[in-house]
Amino acid sequence: MAAEAHTIDALGQFKLETALGPLGASVNFTQANLWMVIGGLLVLTMLYLGARPRAVVPGRLQALAEMSYDFVHSMCVDQIGEEGKRFFPFIFTLFFFVLMGNLLGLLPLNFFYTDHFGVGLAFTYTSHIAVTFSLAALVIVLVTIVALRIHGLHFFTYFFPAGAPKLLAPLIIPVEIISYLSRPVSLSIRLFANMVAGHVMFEVFASFIVMMAAAGTIGTVAAVGPLAVNVALMGFELLVAFLQAYVFAILTCIYLHDAVHLH
Amino acid sequence: MDVAAAKALGAGIAVIALAGVGIGIGNIFSALVTSVARNPSARDQVFGLGILGFALTEAVALFALLIAFLILFT
Repeated sequence: MAAEAHTIDALGQFKLETALGPLGASVNFTQANLWMVIGGLLVLTMLYLGARPRAVVPGRLQALAEMSYDFVHSMCVDQIGEEGKRFFPFIFTLFFFVLMGNLLGLLPLNFFYTDHFGVGLAFTYTSHIAVTFSLAALVIVLVTIVALRIHGLHFFTYFFPAGAPKLLAPLIIPVEIISYLSRPVSLSIRLFANMVAGHVMFEVFASFIVMMAAAGTIGTVAAVGPLAVNVALMGFELLVAFLQAYVFAILTCIYLHDAVHLH
Repeated sequence: MDVAAAKALGAGIAVIALAGVGIGIGNIFSALVTSVARNPSARDQVFGLGILGFALTEAVALFALLIAFLILFT
């Protein structure tokens, strides 16, 4: 079993390589950056082309743009309240950045670079803790600044809920502070671990297909098993990709609600 | 015991946490089914909450899985 684990290179797919040839290499422009740019451009194109017709009865692209706008907008207003409209652009950007990272990584494409396998895949930039933790740190810094601007020093009563017995203060305050500080950690690790686990499972089952096919005719027939698992996994990962972007956005909304209303 | 065997055992022990996650996710969906059966008109609001709880619980499973990966592959 240990020997098998060494032949499956499960984490090699997350290796960063420079993209766009020598120009990209000179500025350390990796394929993760490339796919971030692609994701951003895709969303901008979708919104631009979708918002342009301004038809009363929307076409497909306009319906997509309107639905995505309405989806995030209602999420902001439902979770944060009327003040949530101010944060709508931030939540919208965050949601679509994460969603594009999750979804584009599922495309079996290789247009722009060749890696050491010879067959490259579209890159899931949200599978890197550096990316997700940067996003989570941005969220938590923003939430703290919003809370401090709205409530001033009154914000620190957040760590001691009103009505709690005074005797419990030495217990409650450290627990609240730790739970506040662990928010960015859990927010970033949730997204990153979901993406890594999904792609490692793809890699492991894909390796099973190759290993079994190498074992002769019976193995080739039996390799249909892991192939079917991978097909089912792709459907599941589509769900997870959307769900994790949704959870990231909605947790940001919940934190902002806490910042605006203090419990 | 050699290192490879210890690693395999450690990875196996690390994913014991999945037992708790299984109980948690089962609880969430049983509560979801019960509440929708009691009040079908609340389905839209309750479903979002259920999915959120599912994602938060699933994250615990992934923390365990991540530790297992760290043990196995590093």
